[in-house]
Amino acid sequence: MNKKSSYVPLKVLLFAVFAALALPAGAVESKDPIKLTLHDWTGQYLTTTLMGEVLKKAGYNIEYVQADYIAQFAGLESGDLHVAMEMWETTGKQAMDASLATGKTVDLGETGMDAKEEWWYPMYMKDRCPGLPDWKALNKCAEAFSTAETSPKGRYLGGPVTWAGFDDERVEALDLDYEVVHAGTDAALFSELESAIQRKAPILLWVYAPHWAVAKYQGEWVEFPEYTDACYEDVSWGMNKSMAYDCGKPFGWIKKVGWKDGEKKWPGAYKAVRNFKIDNAQMSQMIVEVDLEGKSVDDTVAKWMRDNESTWKAWIK
Amino acid sequence: MSHASIQVAPPASLTLNRWVVFWGLMIGVTILLMLSKESLPWAFKYPRAWQIPLAGWITGFMKWLINSFDLGLFTFKEFTRWIALLVEQPYTLVKSLLSTGFLSGVGSDAVQVFPRISWVALVAGVMLFGHYVRDWKLALLVGGCFGYLVVFGQWDSAMVTLSSIIIAVPVGVVGGVLLGIFGHRSHRFRMVLVPILDLMQTVPVFAYLVPVLLLFGFSPVSAMIATIIYAMPPMVRVTLLALEHITTEIVEAGSMAGCSKRQLLWKVLLPSAKHSLMVGVNQVVMLSLNMVIIASMIGAGGLGYDVLTALRRLRIGEGVEAGVAITLLAIALDRLSQAYANRPPPMHSRMQRSLWQRHPHAILFVIVVSVTWLLGIYLPALSTYPESWQITTGSFWGDLVRYINVNYFDALESFKNFLLLNIMVPFKRFLLSLPWIAVVAMVGLGGWQLGGWRLGLLTASMTTFIAVVGLWAKAMVTLYLCGLSVIIACLIGIPIGILAARNERVHRLVSVIIDTLQTLPSFVYLMPVVMLFRVGDFAAMLAVVAYAITPIIRYTDHGIRNIAGDLIEAARQVGMTRGQLLRKVQIPMALPHIMLGVNQTIMMALSMLVITALVGTRELGQEVYIALTKADTGRGIIAGVCVAFIAIMSDRMINAWASRRKREYGLE
Repeated sequence: MNKKSSYVPLKVLLFAVFAALALPAGAVESKDPIKLTLHDWTGQYLTTTLMGEVLKKAGYNIEYVQADYIAQFAGLESGDLHVAMEMWETTGKQAMDASLATGKTVDLGETGMDAKEEWWYPMYMKDRCPGLPDWKALNKCAEAFSTAETSPKGRYLGGPVTWAGFDDERVEALDLDYEVVHAGTDAALFSELESAIQRKAPILLWVYAPHWAVAKYQGEWVEFPEYTDACYEDVSWGMNKSMAYDCGKPFGWIKKVGWKDGEKKWPGAYKAVRNFKIDNAQMSQMIVEVDLEGKSVDDTVAKWMRDNESTWKAWIK
Repeated sequence: MSHASIQVAPPASLTLNRWVVFWGLMIGVTILLMLSKESLPWAFKYPRAWQIPLAGWITGFMKWLINSFDLGLFTFKEFTRWIALLVEQPYTLVKSLLSTGFLSGVGSDAVQVFPRISWVALVAGVMLFGHYVRDWKLALLVGGCFGYLVVFGQWDSAMVTLSSIIIAVPVGVVGGVLLGIFGHRSHRFRMVLVPILDLMQTVPVFAYLVPVLLLFGFSPVSAMIATIIYAMPPMVRVTLLALEHITTEIVEAGSMAGCSKRQLLWKVLLPSAKHSLMVGVNQVVMLSLNMVIIASMIGAGGLGYDVLTALRRLRIGEGVEAGVAITLLAIALDRLSQAYANRPPPMHSRMQRSLWQRHPHAILFVIVVSVTWLLGIYLPALSTYPESWQITTGSFWGDLVRYINVNYFDALESFKNFLLLNIMVPFKRFLLSLPWIAVVAMVGLGGWQLGGWRLGLLTASMTTFIAVVGLWAKAMVTLYLCGLSVIIACLIGIPIGILAARNERVHRLVSVIIDTLQTLPSFVYLMPVVMLFRVGDFAAMLAVVAYAITPIIRYTDHGIRNIAGDLIEAARQVGMTRGQLLRKVQIPMALPHIMLGVNQTIMMALSMLVITALVGTRELGQEVYIALTKADTGRGIIAGVCVAFIAIMSDRMINAWASRRKREYGLE
């Protein structure tokens, strides 16, 4: 019995010694694992893995944790989770502001990517509705976009109710002859898109980028009156003098958020996270490689790191 | 005596008349109300000012519980975290064994000290176990199931899922049996337990995911705890029922033999209830695997995660392959546990036997494990199945859906539009136009008629609750969606059940199909359904029907099979044809049982609401889902409780009806 139990500590001890020796010079502040959150879309998976791999090169200990996009804030506040790489202005701003107000989380700056989301249609619809992409053409082709349920109104497939895109308000403010139908998840959203494109059938829906769908299918965004803050806040702004939301959707930043006390624990790592910058083009390219060409996330990230060594090395300097 | 009985049971015609008058009055008043809609707006739309902000209170309470509730020596949160840690230990052990290998260190610094068990050894292990508990047929079945995981490249994910199931199922079973025993012994405990079980089974999982995450932390352990909460109730119920139904002869025999109370329980009661208890184990296994998808949304990983990601990229084939892996895992675990419980008692022979003769399976297993481990060092294919040997259905499923989509979409669309425009939409409008106050009165009256004034009071107050918390319209949409789905499920399911009861071959085929439907994650077929029928109520309804149809088939089948043989014989003797026998004897006699099936179908339909929210329905399930994505504890729980109340009401009313009917037929 005794003999057996004395084995374990020895092994651990030996391991600890080796681990200590193996550390690179200028060792990091803490070898506790930094927990990065993973959500459920490829782009986020890529940014997180990329950040994680870069931090590993700097000697940090990394752990990836699956967590819900919004529910993760509870974990970031309590220190169960440490860094979230993608918080979109268009969908997560409310939750993020509420969390920052508690003083337990910290804004780690923009990722350099821009979120774009708007009403979108496949290219072949342009033949059936020649006025597009100008939004004023929408009412003339309402019939072309209609289904039995919505006829004579057109059918617009909006995002999940939780994405708060103000589409119901937009339809009313711009007096569009369209009915807004909400998809429950983005999987449902893109299932319908795929189905319509297979049949070259009419469809008008919410699409966001960076996303694989924009790379895979030919199509365009509807051009609404350009977004300004005043449009959403001031009812008298724009063509409808008595209602807000008479414009398109905002472009938005995508930010990084972290557990506040983590900044004291791993100052170097947090600095690297703040430095992280990538643009839409590079990200879209990686998303296409993963979602359409079927490469693994790890391989894609490794390839990016080989090609852009100077970029990421600057983050951890 | 005769005097009293007249008072208790007035002549049938009189009772009938009284209810007819009541219902007539009720409908008359409702119509009057609907005609005078303008003057009484509050009867139609429950005024906002009268709503009680219960959701806000619950959210506040949860915040207090997590941030400041102090139990003296430690806080409540520390206590729940300690439980999480306790569950994590065996989980980590099993996961190391099956999935990650034994690691030293944490995070990306971890180094493998000892490899995981190889696929060859595990497949051999389950096959040997299958042979040990039953025969070669079972061994081949489970070998086939696990073989699928290997050759279709599902192994790594399946092992993650299996690790959490291996922990969740025993905890659920043991916990369920213990709670059942306490409930059996103490009537008071039981009074508290039963309503809690109702809530555990009917409140949608999404409603309590957020509090579970907050209390137990972001880790697979939280997912496991949610799984246990969801999967345990049937075990408790089955235990309660089984202990109650043990014949008094057995109990008396035990007492006469001088058993103490404890001995009576462990040596007499539980063993003789074993067969019933195994039904509970089956349910725990099935429900745990049902939770795999939802658990993966909060970090359990594994097969559920694969299904989700595949469908997000619209790789239907990959989704189907991972979904089938979940089903096969469920089937293998279920068959093994059933066979283990029913295995023949060991034969004692007087001859002195060698170790080999006594434990051939265990020894073979040890040999396989050590040989593969040693050979695995030189032949990596033995420890990790090479990727190049894997097979896949490739684009078959995606192409199939595409083919149907391109060629049959218009036909499907016109069928859908017919149903939607002529039945679904009018029914929905009708329900939404009813004044809430009249619905409360009707539900109360219905409860009273079926189960006495207590039930009436219960149903009326539950319905009022839904109005008071301001979820009336969403509850009506829930009623519409689930109501129609249940009706359709019954219209399809009852005839299939009858066929299965009368024909052994159909019975076997149907069993396989409903096992699959119950365990194949609905997400797998939900997305193809969306492709063919668009987002909306119709797609949601199809998914609900596909999932909720299983109990009605099963109960109809059982109900008809279980009718006493002499009754059938008597009916044949008086010269009934097969059709007459069915209409006049089998269906009426099986009706109480069939109604219990309907009851279960309603429960399952309600539990699917969470999933249908993912294709954009606007009912209580959506409310729960929104609350989850906004991490709003109170809102989710209130909407969840409303779903639970609908379930509890229908359960109580149907049960009251069924038991009265059984009494009338002298079945009880």
